Amino acid sequence: MSTATDTQRKAPAGERVADWADGRLGIYSLAKANMRKIFPDHWSFMLGEIALYSFIIIILTGVYLTLFFDPTMSEVVYHGSYEPMQGIRMSQAYASTLDISFDVRGGLLVRQIHHWAALIFLAGMFVHMMRVFFTGAFRKPREINWLFGFLLFVLGMFTGFTGYSLPDDLLSGTGVRFTQGAILSMPIVGTYISMFLFGGEFPGHDFISRFYSIHILLLPGIMLGLLVAHLILVFYHKHTQFAGPGRTNKNVVGMPLMPVYMAKAGGFFFLVFGIIAIIAAIATINPIWNIGPYRPDQVSTGAQPDWYMGFAEGLIRVMPGWEINLWGHTLVLGVFIPLMAFGLVLAIIAVYPFVESWVTGDKREHHILDRPRNAPTRTAFGVAWITEYVVVFIGGANDLWATHFHLSLNAISWFVRIFIFVGPVIAFVATRRICLGLQRRDKEKVLHGRESGIIKRLPHGEFVEIHEPLGPEQLHTLTAHEQYKPVEIGPTVDKNGVERKVPALQKLRARLSKGYYGEDNQIAKPTAEEYKEITSGHGHH
Amino acid sequence: MSSQEIPDENLPAEQGTAHGAVEVADDPFADPGLPAHKPRIQDIDERAAKRSERAVAFMFTLSMLATIGFIASYVIFPVDKIVYIWPFGHVSALNFSLGLTLGVALFAIGAGAVHWARTLMSDVEVADDRHAIEATPEVKAKVLADFAAGAEESAFGRRKLIRNTMFGALALVPLSGVMLLRDLGPLPEKKLRNTLWAKGKQLINMNTMEPLRPEDVAVGSLTFAMPEGLEEGAHDFQNQIAKAALMIIRIEPDNIKDKREREWAHEGIVAFSKICTHVGCPISLYEQQTHHVLCPCHQSTFDLSDGARVIFGPAGHALPQLRIGVNSEGNLEALGDFEEPVGPAFWERG
Repeated sequence: MSTATDTQRKAPAGERVADWADGRLGIYSLAKANMRKIFPDHWSFMLGEIALYSFIIIILTGVYLTLFFDPTMSEVVYHGSYEPMQGIRMSQAYASTLDISFDVRGGLLVRQIHHWAALIFLAGMFVHMMRVFFTGAFRKPREINWLFGFLLFVLGMFTGFTGYSLPDDLLSGTGVRFTQGAILSMPIVGTYISMFLFGGEFPGHDFISRFYSIHILLLPGIMLGLLVAHLILVFYHKHTQFAGPGRTNKNVVGMPLMPVYMAKAGGFFFLVFGIIAIIAAIATINPIWNIGPYRPDQVSTGAQPDWYMGFAEGLIRVMPGWEINLWGHTLVLGVFIPLMAFGLVLAIIAVYPFVESWVTGDKREHHILDRPRNAPTRTAFGVAWITEYVVVFIGGANDLWATHFHLSLNAISWFVRIFIFVGPVIAFVATRRICLGLQRRDKEKVLHGRESGIIKRLPHGEFVEIHEPLGPEQLHTLTAHEQYKPVEIGPTVDKNGVERKVPALQKLRARLSKGYYGEDNQIAKPTAEEYKEITSGHGHH
Repeated sequence: MSSQEIPDENLPAEQGTAHGAVEVADDPFADPGLPAHKPRIQDIDERAAKRSERAVAFMFTLSMLATIGFIASYVIFPVDKIVYIWPFGHVSALNFSLGLTLGVALFAIGAGAVHWARTLMSDVEVADDRHAIEATPEVKAKVLADFAAGAEESAFGRRKLIRNTMFGALALVPLSGVMLLRDLGPLPEKKLRNTLWAKGKQLINMNTMEPLRPEDVAVGSLTFAMPEGLEEGAHDFQNQIAKAALMIIRIEPDNIKDKREREWAHEGIVAFSKICTHVGCPISLYEQQTHHVLCPCHQSTFDLSDGARVIFGPAGHALPQLRIGVNSEGNLEALGDFEEPVGPAFWERG
């Protein structure tokens, strides 16, 4: 009897709730695919998690701050609890930031967590992006997710910028002025965009409230959407893994989401939040009460943006002041070129996956990560890009370098002007050589084994170091990477002796391919025959 | 040729037939398969497992205590209490205690969870299969057929009048949204060309708020001035001072190299715009001996004894000079507005 068995074995409450939800949401099918989903383990896979968790922390603390912050530019005379500012004129935005810092209990802590988390968010995204770049994780099928991540980084920069501009303090106002000056440099449309953005002349009375809706609604809304899409794709593609025994392009080896990664990743959220809270407790960030309210005719020395804008700052500082005046118009190259270069340098890293896949012509899926040394040209390009970033970043703080290290400011600016061009080239060449050296070492290890540190004296007096052969697991891991052959253009004359026209793009592709995978640009992997030949020899280390 | 190894349909179209293929060698060393699981101490020794359990429980308990500490700090410490804590210096007691207790409460949960996962949860590695992301040819054919059927039923390709007018309507409708943005701000017109300075306006010392007299300006000093009639509390004060801010210095007339600068000065007193011509920072670092001023934002350096021309840095042109004289009361006054726009350059500047 069915009724009898139903009453006999009533499902536990949790199962009944799940049944209810399944009937409406289909959660069992969802959980079947995902509850025990396998994630591979590697320390570098947690860099993206840092970014993810700081984003959540930023949203939590940001919502709290909106409860107290007043994003208006109407002027008030301060009569709050912070003595040094008594009687000083300031905007309502600045005054409410002082109130959050000095009158709301815990307000300062939340403000500092919010700001620190923003810096860590951008840094987390940056190193995560580098991890993905140097291991080739951006290859098919993950190019779109690379672009999502790139957009998150760029939007994160602008969300950060609009955020630290909100308190309307002297430092952030100077940054906004810089932005307005950069906007003015745009040919034809510059003055119009400036007038529309600021509701008239700088600074006007509108930009704080406008930045506020951009900062708390527009940009984070887009970012949240991108973030969800980013994570869905990570789940859908399944995580990449490094080569190793049992790890192939067709599987993913690791531990299940439930329970291991729920505990590890969930726990890691608390670790990140805890560390940021401790940083916020002991390290002051953006002490706007020392800086003072914004006035367009005042400034302090050592004005620096948050770190992720240091790159833009550097470009604008080291650019020569070129201006072209023609037919009653001014082309402000001294500011406009840095503005364009800012976008260009970022765009280069965004489109890189598509360039590489065009050069290789490889249309297969890649789930096994490259060790950076095994893709020397890509690694060298990445290091060159970082070098460019760092050189310009140094230029963004040329005054601090000058004062802290007693150097000539002019000399630093000239160093940066030269190394913007020379630095990446040096880095490219050096990195590629290092990569090739490491490849040679791997080959040596495979063929001759690991240096054991044991010295043996032979009967005739010669000293040799004993090399221990690698185990099959290490041998496989060190030789699991694929090596491409460079693309050939083929004969330029067809079989009838008629000259065949080779499109310029194809020639370029062949040249690039040779640069990537030519004879001197990668070390051929040891073959099994080479290995056998050496190891079958009579005990010759 | 290398292209034989992969099917033609996987090759990009522009590659032609013979080149641009992928050639990869086989793995010379066979994959030995997943290594056997090595048990941890906790897997074989129940006492070690118990120790781990206690460690995890300790972390979670510590978190609870820290949360109680957070609440206690919130209640105990007044918001304005400053204490000295080595090595951090003078810090807000409330911020310090709230941050540390919250940090510990959160960190301990994380540390407990991670320790639990690492020592007590199974660490046996499992392999999951991947599946091709691309659809099978059958699925693809079905989708394309469905799409063709849908497109056919809509008559989208056949009834071109509908299609074209729809594209037209969809292209035009966003214009309404663009129009709505028009009132974000006024048109630039000549706004960036004029400042509050005009003939007869006295120079007001921004420290004393009194009219500036020639004898107030000593050689080697830097004085900031604004036009008479501008009030600090005025609604448009920020906008006006952003353009009208003035730097006043005195140079021995013989040391002024630029002829026009000498003519526009009054007894060696020269007035230049304080707003940098690079991106608009106020310039405020003055070297008395060289008469150089440096913008602290991007280090543009101007020689105030030589028409404020740019001698270093990213600025593109000299600082505009204001022509000054002395009125009947013996106060410094402007003899007109700046002759060129102040601040950063822009397209219409000319």
